[in-house]
Amino acid sequence: MKIYDGWKIILGIVIGIAFFTMPIWLNLSSAQSKVKPKLVYPTDARQCIDDKDYMNHYHMDLLNYWRDSVVRLNMRYVVRNGVVLTHNGQKLEMSLTLTCLKCHSDKKNFCDQCHNYLQVKPYCWDCHVQPKEALK
Amino acid sequence: MGIQLSLLVTVVILLAGWVAGVLPFLKFIFGVILPYVALAVFAIGLIVRVLRWARSPVPFRITTTCGQEKSLPWIKQNKLDNPSSALGTLGRMALEVLFFRSLFRNTKASLKDDRLVYSVDKWLWFFSLAFHWSFLIIFLRHFRFFTEPIPFFVGFLQDIDGFFQVGLPIIYITDVAILVALTYLFLRRIFNAKVRIVSLPSDYFPLLLILGIAVTGVLMRYFLKTDLVAVKEFAVSILSFQPISNELLNKLSPLFMIHFTFVCTLLIYFPMSKLVHLGGIFMSPTRNLANNNRMKRHINPWNPVVAVHTYEEYEDEFREKMKAAGIPVEKEE
Ligand code: HEM
Repeated sequence: MKIYDGWKIILGIVIGIAFFTMPIWLNLSSAQSKVKPKLVYPTDARQCIDDKDYMNHYHMDLLNYWRDSVVRLNMRYVVRNGVVLTHNGQKLEMSLTLTCLKCHSDKKNFCDQCHNYLQVKPYCWDCHVQPKEALK
Repeated sequence: MGIQLSLLVTVVILLAGWVAGVLPFLKFIFGVILPYVALAVFAIGLIVRVLRWARSPVPFRITTTCGQEKSLPWIKQNKLDNPSSALGTLGRMALEVLFFRSLFRNTKASLKDDRLVYSVDKWLWFFSLAFHWSFLIIFLRHFRFFTEPIPFFVGFLQDIDGFFQVGLPIIYITDVAILVALTYLFLRRIFNAKVRIVSLPSDYFPLLLILGIAVTGVLMRYFLKTDLVAVKEFAVSILSFQPISNELLNKLSPLFMIHFTFVCTLLIYFPMSKLVHLGGIFMSPTRNLANNNRMKRHINPWNPVVAVHTYEEYEDEFREKMKAAGIPVEKEE
């Protein structure tokens, strides 16, 4: 059975299948596809603001809530059950730089690991200067 | 009846995905075996469908034309709506595939004061285009889960799609668009009586299935979050044929498994449903042929071989007798 315009149709099929299987070829052609994020957790700190699962899934919601509380409502401290949380006798501020990054000081080996792995680009740093200790 | 059946099937798939997210044994089947089956069925099915169309003979150009055909030099040809060259045909196909030009001509028939009236109706075109473009952009954005390193276009698309920087995670324009567009396309089939009467389960089901994918995706991004690092490790392993540990499977949430099961169902359903118009549009003979019927000779392949006796042969045979009878001949001998 003759196929009219055969080479055009074959070319179309090849391009189409190549497009949909692109992720396979991209992965197979890169050794990096086996690389996974490696998180370095703080060694000196004992406890985070919340449990690991919550922080893993919802830290962005928490930070967003902090931003709104501080900037819009002028509420500066982390309150749980009506009590301001403290750390080493100091009140805990709702602040990425003053609280989170105090323990998680190695941004490159903590935050960036997953963010880069998943193309997450928080736009905080478009305006805010990255803290020096976090930059190293 | 069509709606209930489609709804039922969609809910069954949803429940299957959810149960698979809870039971380890099913999770392996739905998470590791199903995607390979789905990818194979999708790719092979699509090729088979296209090749089956390709085997049809195309003896003659059956383009539908919407403009002036190429004619005398002082008559202006409509090169896109009635192309006579390969380039013009390419232009028409591009407009068709990228912007649904035929659908743009869609009209609506209605009775006004007992008279049949045709009026302009661009809504179907608008929401259809919004849906298809959103789907494509979402698919391309999903490459952040599929490949490592992530291709360059993902960051670019994310920036444009989240241009307004509303909310956190930033709300994507395409997420809103796909939900609104799918809702319109579905309600159109329910509330427009003329469309409802020609609608079948195979019309409702794809809409519900894709709506299911979009809703679970949106839930995962904005409300019931999933371990994305695990999702990516999982997706990359599948797409580079690496084994998947039970530990990794355990990290995949039931909501993700529902999303994933819907997607696999879509891939399997694709080649055997109307969704295969993805390939079909390129094979439409009314669109993809140049209108050169009068410029080139097109031979019908199944014409029988007819024994002919041309005038020249006739004259050769009877020349002497014709001359003798005084009948004029073209060649003297
Ligand atoms: C082509 C079929 C698919 C469609 C139409 C689709 C659609 C969507 C939509 C609309 C969202 C909402 C957020 C966004 O737009 O990024 C979403 C999120 C998501 N999808 Fe898909 N999806 C598809 C395939 C997949 C596959 C194969 C996977 C897994 C390997 C996946 C994993 C996810 C995850 C993890 C999220 C949450 C994203 C986040 O939290 O940022 N999707 N999907």
